[in-house]
Amino acid sequence: MSYSDKVIDHYNNPRNVGSMDKSSADVGTGLVGAPECGDVMKLQIKVNRETNVIEEARFKTFGCGSAIASSSLATEWVKGKTVEEALTIKNMDIVKELSLPPVKIHCSVLAEDAIRAAIGDWKKKQESAKPVASAVAQ
Amino acid sequence: MSTDVRVPQQLPVTRHSAPQGVKLPIYMDNHATTPMDPRVLEEMLPYFMEKFGNAASRNHSFGWAGEEGVETARERIAKLIGATTKEIIFTSGATESDNLAIKGVAEMYREKGNHIITAVTEHKAVLDTCKRLEKYGYRVTYMPVQKDGLVDLDDLKRAMDDKTILVSIMFANNEIGVVQPATEIGKLCHERGVIFHTDATQAVGKIPIDVNKQNIDLMSISGHKMYGPKGVGALYVRRKNPRVQIAAIIDGGGHERGMRSGTLNVAGIVGLGKACAIASEEMSREAVQLGGLRDRLRDRIMSRLDETYINGSMEHRLPGNLNISFAYVEGESLLMGINDIAVSSGSACTSATLEPSYVLKALGTGDDLAHSSIRFGIGRFNTAAEVDYVADRVIETVERLRELSPLYEMAKEGINLKDVKWAGE
Ligand SMILES: Cc1ncc(COP(=O)(O)O)c(C=O)c1O
Ligand code: FES
Repeated sequence: MSYSDKVIDHYNNPRNVGSMDKSSADVGTGLVGAPECGDVMKLQIKVNRETNVIEEARFKTFGCGSAIASSSLATEWVKGKTVEEALTIKNMDIVKELSLPPVKIHCSVLAEDAIRAAIGDWKKKQESAKPVASAVAQ
Repeated sequence: MSTDVRVPQQLPVTRHSAPQGVKLPIYMDNHATTPMDPRVLEEMLPYFMEKFGNAASRNHSFGWAGEEGVETARERIAKLIGATTKEIIFTSGATESDNLAIKGVAEMYREKGNHIITAVTEHKAVLDTCKRLEKYGYRVTYMPVQKDGLVDLDDLKRAMDDKTILVSIMFANNEIGVVQPATEIGKLCHERGVIFHTDATQAVGKIPIDVNKQNIDLMSISGHKMYGPKGVGALYVRRKNPRVQIAAIIDGGGHERGMRSGTLNVAGIVGLGKACAIASEEMSREAVQLGGLRDRLRDRIMSRLDETYINGSMEHRLPGNLNISFAYVEGESLLMGINDIAVSSGSACTSATLEPSYVLKALGTGDDLAHSSIRFGIGRFNTAAEVDYVADRVIETVERLRELSPLYEMAKEGINLKDVKWAGE
């Protein structure tokens, strides 16, 4: 398997590696994949409550170089976007950007799943926090 | 509310310069193939131009020269494995030898029975040959192996019945290097009048083999796994006690006693012969040397990294083989990090089928650890300095990738990964 320069660059210099406090109300965490399948991605976002803009993103990935690169790229792309904008990121955009070969498309799918899972987690937190928020606003 | 953003790990990539006496890239994948020994090449060269004759041309000196080269090779192979020259049949490699042995016996002994026994950890050349025979009405038992990779002799005994004609169990495994108890398997077979074939592709020239003492009836050999050329191999076929007969799968001019037609690959055969002659001379010393290098690699890696697991028996193992799983790190990403070193992985991500190694699965290694496995194949031309360099690069890369691994982080937080409900399952 030969890798594209972009995959190699993300593998060697992964962007936004790390973790944020998953119990924080502003943080959404997505954990997708399974160790038995050889790939697990954890992607976290920190969202500004007023603007819905993703201000921080972090990832950790167990998987091949293409999976690492896909999730690294995903954190770069979601940063600065609103959650709605982030949801429009498609795995095929990642495939194109990283020139992934067909056998590695599922690694990009996992990255898209991770974005959705992180946003889903954040939204859930916002909903359960809503009554409190409106009470404060009154 | 303030969010605790931990400072991301700095993960610098170090530029690697080769230490004194080490030339990059390093080849440490000697189970896939070996480089040719220069002495083998030297012996082969005349057979391309001056001695190009067809070994089957009986009427002129060109043919005689070719035949002489072939017969010398036959003697050398026979000597290495304790056989006689008439018991050596040349083929295009171990894949063909496995096919010839298994299909040849299946056809020849059809009236006696239709049952074949093999093991789940065999090479595809054996497994897929057996699968094809199932389509033609043969019954095949694929024996499981124990945790250490060895077949259980009592299981084997129980698997045999009065329709069993053949047992095909490899001498040494190509992924985990585990050496099967060939002598005992052969004895069991002979007590029951069953033919014993062994795929010894990885073992010939690496560890001592004696077809008589070890009760072997058919044995597959390949040139390119023992510092000889690719595309040439041999099948040992026992001629007495008992006399074993096989039906040909390639028909034609009746070469090789009718068992394998086709003009002989003289230069290749000469190379295989020379490789065997070198092995006869040097094998015992080389095994000690490779075993030492292998243990050095293992000790250096395992003393610095926790949660690394050796796959397969350490005791019954080829001297040059090491197969290790590095928990929480996926094998292909590890290979990518050590890209100036040629080794291989049992991870699904490296395979066309996206399935992890079936050999490791057969040991009961969890899929997660199969994805994390690396096979090191140390060979004749590897040095201690190379071993140290490889160990250090592996350690550094595993450490880097563990910092990147959500599984490592979870494990460190005390989460049992087996208890997690994974979305992807
Ligand atoms: C155990 C075993 N059997 C058979 C083969 C096939 O050998 P060849 O490449 O000579 O066909 C190999 C090599 O991949 C092997 O390791
Ligand atoms: S994670 Fe297995 S191929 Fe990418």
